[in-house]
Amino acid sequence: MGFTKDQLLDRLKELQINFVCYDHPVVLTVEAQAKYVGHLGGLLSKNLLLKDKKHRYYVVSALANTNVDLKVLSQRLGLGKGGLRMAPEESLQEILQVPLGCVTPFALINESAGTVSFLLDQGFKSQECCFFHPLSNDATISLGSSGLEKFLTSLGRKPAYVDLEATPLVGKDNPPDLADFVPSGVPALSDSAEKAPPIQPPVVTQAPENVKSTSGKASIKAKVQSGTTEKPKSTVNPLIEATDVEKVIEEIFAKFASAVQSENKQEEIETSLFDGVRKRITTDLQMQMMSFKNAAYSQGFQAGVEAVRIAMKNMSFRS
Amino acid sequence: MAEEKVSSTGEEDSQVVNPWEVTAKDGDKIDYDKLIEQFGCQRLGADLVQRVERLTGRPAHVFLRRGVFFAHRDFDEILDLYERGEKFYLYTGRGPSSEALHFGHLIPFMFTKYLQDAFKVPLVIQLTDDEKCMWKNISIEESKRLARENARDIIACGFDVTRTFIFSDFNYLGGKFYENMVKVANCVTFNKVVGIFGFTREDHIGKISFPPVQAVPSFPSSFPHLFADKNNKVNDNLRCLIPCAIDQDPYFRMTRDVAPRIGYQKPSLIESTFFPALQGENGKMSASDPNSAIYVTDSPKDIKNKVNRYAFSGGQDSIEKHRKLGANLEVDIPVKYLSFFLDDDAELEHIKEEYGSGRMLTGQVKARLIEVLSELVERHRRGRALVTDEMVDAFMAVRPLPFMFS
Repeated sequence: MGFTKDQLLDRLKELQINFVCYDHPVVLTVEAQAKYVGHLGGLLSKNLLLKDKKHRYYVVSALANTNVDLKVLSQRLGLGKGGLRMAPEESLQEILQVPLGCVTPFALINESAGTVSFLLDQGFKSQECCFFHPLSNDATISLGSSGLEKFLTSLGRKPAYVDLEATPLVGKDNPPDLADFVPSGVPALSDSAEKAPPIQPPVVTQAPENVKSTSGKASIKAKVQSGTTEKPKSTVNPLIEATDVEKVIEEIFAKFASAVQSENKQEEIETSLFDGVRKRITTDLQMQMMSFKNAAYSQGFQAGVEAVRIAMKNMSFRS
Repeated sequence: MAEEKVSSTGEEDSQVVNPWEVTAKDGDKIDYDKLIEQFGCQRLGADLVQRVERLTGRPAHVFLRRGVFFAHRDFDEILDLYERGEKFYLYTGRGPSSEALHFGHLIPFMFTKYLQDAFKVPLVIQLTDDEKCMWKNISIEESKRLARENARDIIACGFDVTRTFIFSDFNYLGGKFYENMVKVANCVTFNKVVGIFGFTREDHIGKISFPPVQAVPSFPSSFPHLFADKNNKVNDNLRCLIPCAIDQDPYFRMTRDVAPRIGYQKPSLIESTFFPALQGENGKMSASDPNSAIYVTDSPKDIKNKVNRYAFSGGQDSIEKHRKLGANLEVDIPVKYLSFFLDDDAELEHIKEEYGSGRMLTGQVKARLIEVLSELVERHRRGRALVTDEMVDAFMAVRPLPFMFS
């Protein structure tokens, strides 16, 4: 039968894994969980049990705010488009032996989960305080990534982190980078440390390099995603300056003034003249330009709303 | 510090200032010094004005220089945190009771636009259509319609759509906003609101339970679509600055009292004097008398007519007397209005000098005022003509503002 929460905690203590256990009322969602432990400053996880067309299972443990795109993940695993689905509720009991809303890496301790593949968000790497359910929804344990790794190793699994938000192109020249995560059918063994772990997912930082050969766009993506957890913001968004009303009016006026000076070949025009003119018209010009900015935004907003409407119409049309 | 001093609505010979009534003592002028003392807020001194200029790198707004915005609560703390590189957001609002807006209505919005541009911070604007529905006994539909109409005039003041969220209570209340309302309501007894707002047992419960609605926009968690991060966490330490007329102080006295008890930051306030009616400080600006104020819909001819005929003059009865004694600047409305809207400090000083000494006549001062007001109205009219339904929708859409601090 499945491990209980207490049995799990005992096991963690045996393995000398430091953790803190917080009890709370039963929660079924990350939001509800956040109400009780969100203030503690650790990383909340969202945990999914996925299933592919060949009835192989995957547990994905991601940071609560990581965007997990099942279509992308499916391709990266080599399952084609749409090869991954959320597993049905019965599988939670059958495979992981946990209740609804309680998917957790700790469920891998059960024998029934032996062939389940595990994908761990690289956002958890080197983190001190990661929150997961300990086989029941009425508690949350916090432990460091090293503790989690120790736990996985004890199961005969090799801990490996995945950049879940990466979207490398998968095609003829670029094999699916997560192909090794697809279960081969040989179960990982829970207790014995002697048998070699059958699932050996490679550490993922190599993935972006596969994408170098294709279009420029892809290689830029590779540069951005090489091993760092944050997408680096290289420069400030140029649109910020371009839509700064006061700045733009200043620039226009300066340009105009210097053009007038250049045209007026006879003599230098007094700068006080320009100052006077500027004083007269700046406010009006600024208001006009703000109207322009607001109008352009509103038109874009309208277009966006329409685009979504069309997309939703098309979606319902197809299904 | 005893924050919330109760306004003395009981005493009959003292002035009454609350969100629904402003009357001076015995037909006199409003005593602002007494008000500051009574409310327990602080004077906004020249040192703070200079500090604002220094921090924003531009001349202070005319309303700051002329003492129109004259009182504050913890505005210095906002300047402190701004100097440290921290952020804050602005919150102001309007009760949409009529379609026609006059200059008195525009003042907080003109000032707020300046704050938005100078500090480069986001702004939420609350349209209390529910309040007007209850207090003015208009239908919900009419209230909502007025809210949208007023939104157009507000937008025409020149707010930046990438930093501004306008919402009406009937449309927006719910979710986290409502949760905060309940938190606030839990901390304020019936006795308290009686003391602060002058409610009685005869007032219907809609009115009595309204104050939290105006309180909670001071808390960033009321706007998760704006202030929540990727983890759906809101930084409750994000401070709020509220530009408003001083009659709104009671709402925020109550809010500041409650905030620490529910784990939130107190909002800061920057408060303005009242805009006088054309007929003078003692006159009432009322919707039933269109000649008591200059409306944004007035034509240049209307403005000329109203100022010439109704603006209370501090000048003398005859030209000889005037040249001798000069004008009474204390009660003169044209000069008062110019002090609000004439940007040029030197010119205003000159006018006061000449007019006060009798060298300049009332007609000349009024002519200058007509020029200034006409220009403002024309600018507003142009801006308003460009506010479409789609633009109002965009301003009022519940959407993130990714560049709101840029």
